Amino acid sequence: MSVPTIKTGRRDFLKTSGLATLGLLIGLDAEAKPKNLSRSKAIPSDIEINTFILIRPDNSITIINPRPCMGQGTIQSVPAMIAEELEIDLASVKIIQSDGKRKYGAQTSGGSTSIRNLWLPLRKAGAATKEMLVRAAANRWNIAIDLCYASNAKVFRKDTNASLTYGELVEDASKLDMPTEPILKKKHEFKILGKTTKRSDLAERTTGKAVYGLDVEVPGMVYACILHSPMIFGKLISFDDSETKKIPGVLHVLRCERAMIYRTTDSVAVIASNWWAAKKGRDVLKATWDHSGLDKTLHNEEYFGRCYKAAQSEGIRFEESNDFSAKFNAATQKLDVSYETPFLSHVPTEPENATAHVKPDGTVELWAPLQGPGETLEEVSKYLGIPTVKIKIHVVLMGGSFGRKAYMDFIKEACFLSNKIKLPVKVIWTREDHIRQGPYRPGMVSHMQGFVEEGKIVGYHHHVIGESILGQVFQGLEDDQPEPWIGGEASVQTNKYRFKEAHKVSWTNVKTEIPIMWWRSVNASNLGWGQECFIDELAHLAGKDPLQARMEIIEDERFRKVLNTLAEKTNYDQKLPEGSGRGIAIVNSFGSTVACSITVSKFGTGVKIDKAVAVIDCGMYVNADTVKAQTEGNIIMGITAAIKPGIVFKNGVCQQSNYDNYPIMRISEAPEIEVFVMENEEAPGGVGEAGLPPVAPALGNAIFAATGVRVRKLPVNIGDVNSR
Amino acid sequence: MASYKINVNQKVYNLKADPDVPLVWILRDYVGLKGTKFGCGIATCGACTVHLNGKPVRSCQLRISAVPANAEFTTIEGIGEKSLHAIQRAWNELQVPQCGYCQSGQIMSAVALLKKSPDPSDEEIDAAMNGNLCRCGTYDRIRKAIHLAAKLENNLQSSIKK
Ligand code: FES
Ligand code: FES
Repeated sequence: MSVPTIKTGRRDFLKTSGLATLGLLIGLDAEAKPKNLSRSKAIPSDIEINTFILIRPDNSITIINPRPCMGQGTIQSVPAMIAEELEIDLASVKIIQSDGKRKYGAQTSGGSTSIRNLWLPLRKAGAATKEMLVRAAANRWNIAIDLCYASNAKVFRKDTNASLTYGELVEDASKLDMPTEPILKKKHEFKILGKTTKRSDLAERTTGKAVYGLDVEVPGMVYACILHSPMIFGKLISFDDSETKKIPGVLHVLRCERAMIYRTTDSVAVIASNWWAAKKGRDVLKATWDHSGLDKTLHNEEYFGRCYKAAQSEGIRFEESNDFSAKFNAATQKLDVSYETPFLSHVPTEPENATAHVKPDGTVELWAPLQGPGETLEEVSKYLGIPTVKIKIHVVLMGGSFGRKAYMDFIKEACFLSNKIKLPVKVIWTREDHIRQGPYRPGMVSHMQGFVEEGKIVGYHHHVIGESILGQVFQGLEDDQPEPWIGGEASVQTNKYRFKEAHKVSWTNVKTEIPIMWWRSVNASNLGWGQECFIDELAHLAGKDPLQARMEIIEDERFRKVLNTLAEKTNYDQKLPEGSGRGIAIVNSFGSTVACSITVSKFGTGVKIDKAVAVIDCGMYVNADTVKAQTEGNIIMGITAAIKPGIVFKNGVCQQSNYDNYPIMRISEAPEIEVFVMENEEAPGGVGEAGLPPVAPALGNAIFAATGVRVRKLPVNIGDVNSR
Repeated sequence: MASYKINVNQKVYNLKADPDVPLVWILRDYVGLKGTKFGCGIATCGACTVHLNGKPVRSCQLRISAVPANAEFTTIEGIGEKSLHAIQRAWNELQVPQCGYCQSGQIMSAVALLKKSPDPSDEEIDAAMNGNLCRCGTYDRIRKAIHLAAKLENNLQSSIKK
């Protein structure tokens, strides 16, 4: 499957699709209602019409995918929702990636929203299109609509079995009105959705043919390697490029800037005819920086010190049922402990890169692995002061992202440099740039208090402490305001646990200059650790089995089913051999619930991870295999986050730089994995992130079960669980 | 700048480059074969794995001037050119890739493993594949797919013998 980027406007769309004659063109309006655009005089380059489906007289079908693919499979799962209702075979469809223009609506792959938000609009568009084609056939045959049905891009008549292809019907259909309330299929009628489908885009990822950002080549392009400050926010005083200029291939040495969302930092770019020369030139560049103060503010110990101090005082109350403190003070069986999660780097295997061409005629072309073409278009337009209509974005495959490629600093660097020299410039970061420059998942502390009565967990307080993405990056958090993003699972309202006596959630914003950002599953990965390990601790305090103790405080049937399924699939009742331990955890995030079980066995002074099992309830879903693959990936990334080094700033400098000192899990450490997907008819939940949060606590609880050591601070050294 | 001649996928390329340019960039930007990826530059991720006379090497570590005269390189583009290699078929069958960026390197290591050991154990797989990182976390499928590929190959061999 080839994935070219769509051109602007309907005319261009038709041209891109090689269309000579008009076909049937269907889009969504601003309310996400399907619209027939075939006859529309107005070319839908205006903002409120999204074009999504084009069927041509030769029966070829094109679908727009508005959600970039970073490995999570949107390239297949998004068009599948249309194909299901339209009754077409996905394999025969041409899929085009949208380019950020507003007519495609929101286009960011992020927050696990692609399926959740498009589930109804795209299915409706497919169903309405099918109904028009069926009506056109019925008219042609002069028979009643219910004597016709659609299948495999054809309409059949039930009596004679005669058929017409969609292509043969598009002209008639294009003159019909769009049904406003098309009938959607029931789950049991699905042929594509909810099944295990092969991703047709994977074949080119096994032959080296898939084109990622790093592979983009534009005629006349030059390469840039950029020197950022060793203490991220250092101010450039001066630089000496005499050695750099001696390197063959080096063309320019320019002052550059890194435009982060909330502040801009200084840098120096070396531009060369090939990237290696640019990198060599960068490595011998001598720059002097003003680092004053940064040695103190970019410093983990200092930050976590303040976090733990905050744990000793009251935070800002987020929610509270009953008077927690009074009840906690009066309680006899109680616990008061703190949990810690480290800063983490995203380390997608493909480093940051972007190719930009700011042309002398004032237009811009951009090729980059990016999560949000819509935001990128707006941001680049603002940054360069060039209207969006003059900017064309080519979305190319991301070699992983996990949140990093939604941050547009590296894209703006390419724009900045190309704007200076008006040539196409490709910026490539090294792995060291990626790890040392951030942004990172925030390190956080969860201060937990809880009490039990008569063998039941009845009181619980989660005090969330740390830097806020909303506050630091988006400058949108008042000092006296609790972080609204900690809601979700941590909230009293939506937490699956019901605590009979008292439940409290509070927040303290401990600020830091260490730059933070979204990282797969965002705060859920920090908060899940404290919550699910602490529930385990309280269960032991209550003298209960951790599963049973959880069941006693979960009322909602959907959560109970997930836990029961996990118990069943892991033979929970069976005793494990001596020296082995099992830990469980369950977290609801991004509209889905995942329960995870990890078994470990004692190995010297540490443990070995034997097996991980996950049960995911994501409501209705598109592709069972993609759900499993994402959950498997979340298990590996979740264990990595728990057992491998975090990011540590010391006196202003990030101590990690590449995989040698920032290792991630390798195959020899990867446990056997099993994933089970719950079947129900609930609305779809997120799939890309929900699997991660329960992994670390399941592991922590397993370590406790096997060794009796309660780990509260991540990362844990599983080679020696007593080491700190 | 110096002139070099390299043999990649049984084609000879003549090029001019600085002596210290690593092979990964020679392949990608001079020869134009972009299937080989860059991930770390220090031999820790395996994204740049290619075969040098049939053995897997990290192309980020080999400077063009140090390429032996008899060197024949195979890159991902040279695997399964005519019909897909059993490893690629198994990769497709078990839907191994997620983002796919690491998979060129994974496949190069796996192809070399199967050549050396037609029916590898889990331990052999772990040892041979340990230099290839996958941030998307496809390890469990990689292990299964190598076993499947071994089976596909063995079936093929025995049917040829028959
Ligand atoms: S790029 Fe060569 S091993 Fe990572
Ligand atoms: S598939 Fe994405 S890094 Fe391996």
